[in-house]
Amino acid sequence: MYHKTLGYKIFNIGNYVFLGLLSLLCILPIIHILAVSFSSMAPASSNLVGFWPIGFTTDAYEKTFGNSNFLNSLGVSVMRTVLSTVIGMALCLMTAYPLSKEDLHFRGRTMYIWIFVFTILFSGGLIPSYILVQKIGLMDSIWALVLPGAVSVWNVILMLNFFRSLPKELEEAAFLDGAGQLKTLVLVFIPLSMPSIATLSLFTMVYQWNSWFDGMIYMRDIKDYPLASLLQTIIVQQDFSKINVDPKQLENISQRTVRAAQIFIGALPILLVYPFLQRFFVKGMVIGAVKE
Amino acid sequence: MKRNWPLHVMLLPTLVLVIIFQYVPMAGIVIAFQDFKPWKGLTGSEWVGLDNFRFLFKYPDIGQVVWNTLVIAFFKMAAGLIVPFLFAILLNEVRLMAFKRVTQTLVYLPHFLSWVILGGILLDILAPDGGLVNKAVTALGFEPVFFLGDNNWFRFTLIVSDVWKEFGFGTIVFLAALAGINPALYEAAEVDGASRLKQTLHITMPALMPITIVLGTLSIGNILNAGFDQVFNLYNPLVMEKGDIIDTFVYRLGILNGKMSFATTVGLFKSVVATILIATSYRLAYKFANYRVF
Repeated sequence: MYHKTLGYKIFNIGNYVFLGLLSLLCILPIIHILAVSFSSMAPASSNLVGFWPIGFTTDAYEKTFGNSNFLNSLGVSVMRTVLSTVIGMALCLMTAYPLSKEDLHFRGRTMYIWIFVFTILFSGGLIPSYILVQKIGLMDSIWALVLPGAVSVWNVILMLNFFRSLPKELEEAAFLDGAGQLKTLVLVFIPLSMPSIATLSLFTMVYQWNSWFDGMIYMRDIKDYPLASLLQTIIVQQDFSKINVDPKQLENISQRTVRAAQIFIGALPILLVYPFLQRFFVKGMVIGAVKE
Repeated sequence: MKRNWPLHVMLLPTLVLVIIFQYVPMAGIVIAFQDFKPWKGLTGSEWVGLDNFRFLFKYPDIGQVVWNTLVIAFFKMAAGLIVPFLFAILLNEVRLMAFKRVTQTLVYLPHFLSWVILGGILLDILAPDGGLVNKAVTALGFEPVFFLGDNNWFRFTLIVSDVWKEFGFGTIVFLAALAGINPALYEAAEVDGASRLKQTLHITMPALMPITIVLGTLSIGNILNAGFDQVFNLYNPLVMEKGDIIDTFVYRLGILNGKMSFATTVGLFKSVVATILIATSYRLAYKFANYRVF
C-alpha cells in the first residue's frame, strides 16, 4: 500500500501544508480589506493593519452610507439585478423550450438555433452597440443595462440540454391530456427544472451585480451608475470629477478605510449567495461539460 | 400532431431582442468603411472604402498593442491550464473530506468577484508604499516592487493575478475527469507494486489528457482576448507600453476620443480573426476529442 510508505507520508504532509497555504492566499486579501474597513484611520493609513482591525470602529461604514452617491448606486444595482434576472430567466425558459424539441416535430428549430448561436461567434463590437443604444434613446435608462444582455445564449443551451434530459413520456402525457405547448412548459417542464432554474438565476444575479462597463458608457450622470461602475470610478480610477460633493465629503470617501468598506460592501452580496451558488455550480458545470 | 405556432410565439421576444441588440450592431459594422460622424448618421457619413484598414496597418502603436495582447493572452492560457491541472492532482490526494471541501470553497471564491472589486483590493495590497505584498517583499530583504506601475512587472502581475482568480474554478473540470477514472486501474497498479508517483504519471495524467487537449484547443479562440475587465481595472498611463491591449485600445479610441470609425475597424479586424480561430478550434476539438457543445 502506497499510503504506508515513508515517502508518501512526507509528501502527504507537504501537500496538506501547500494546499492550505494556497487556500489562505485566496481569502487573505479579502480578510485584509475587511480588517482595514473596521480599523481607525491612523493605523490604516500607516499600514499597520494586517488581518485584524486595529482600533475597531464602524466609522468607515457610517461615512459610506452617509454618501448619497453610494446609496443611489446601490439602488440602481439592486434594480438592474432583479430586472435582468427575472426577464432573463423568463426569456431563457421561453427560448429553451421550443428549441428542445426534435427537428422532426418543430420545423425551423435549426434555423433558430443558428440565429442564436451565431451571436456567440460574432458580434458587432463595442462601438456599433454603443451607437445603437444611443440612437434608440436608451442612454441614462436602466433598460440600457437590462435589455442588451437579457438573453444569454449560453444559459439557453444549458437549459435546453436539461429539458432534453427529461423523459419524453411526460410531455406526451401532457399533450394527450389536452395541454397546449404553453401549459406543458408551465405545468410540466418548469416545476421539474427548479434546481436548474435556481442555478442559472444565481449565476445571472452574480453576473449582473458584477457588471460595471455598460453602466460607465451608457450612463452619463453618476447618479444613474450601478454600484460596480461607481466603485470602478472612485476606487479604481480614483476619478472624482463626476462626483458632486463638498470637499469634506470628498476627503471622507477617499480615505483608505472608507475605500475598503466600499469594496467590501460591493463584494458582500456575492459572498452571501456564494454558499448557495457553490452547492449548484459544480453540478451545473458538469451537466454542461460532460455529455455522451 | 401538436400545432407549432405557440412555439414560434414563445421564441418571438428573444428573437426580437437578439435582432435588435446583436444583429443591428453587426450591420453597424459598415461604419468601419465610413468616416462616421454621429451628427451625420449612418446614411449621411462619407464612404471611405478601405482607408480605415490602411490607416490601421500604418498606425504606429498597433504592432505593440497586438503583441501585448498575444503575449498576455498566451501566458494566461498556458498558466490557466497547467496550474488547475496540477492543483486538481494534488487535491485528489487529499483523503480528509472536510479539508478538501474547505479548500475548494476558498479557491473557487475569487472567480465570482469582479475585477472592479479585485482591482480595488489589488491596488491596496500591491501598493509600493507599505501594501501587504510589498511588506512581505521587504521583510524578505528585497526592494519594494511597483507591481502595477512598472513596465517590467505589469504583465507578470496581470498573469499571476488572473491565475490567482481563476485557477480554483478551473480545477472543477479536472476534478470531474479524475472522478471518472476507473479505480480498478489503481488497484492493478498497486498489485504490480507501482508507487503513487508512478500511478500519477501513468494513470492519472494520461486520464486527464483528453480534457486538457479539449480545453487547450478551445482556448485558441481566445488568443486575442487578453481580458479587458482585468487590464482596464489595473492599467494606468505608467504601464501603457506593456499593458495596452486591443480591447482597451478600441475603448479609448472609440469612446473617449470619438474616433468611432477607426475603433470599429480595429474591433472588426479582431472579431473576424477571433471568429475564424473559434470556428477552427471547435472543429479541431471535434476532430481530435469528439467534443461537441450541443
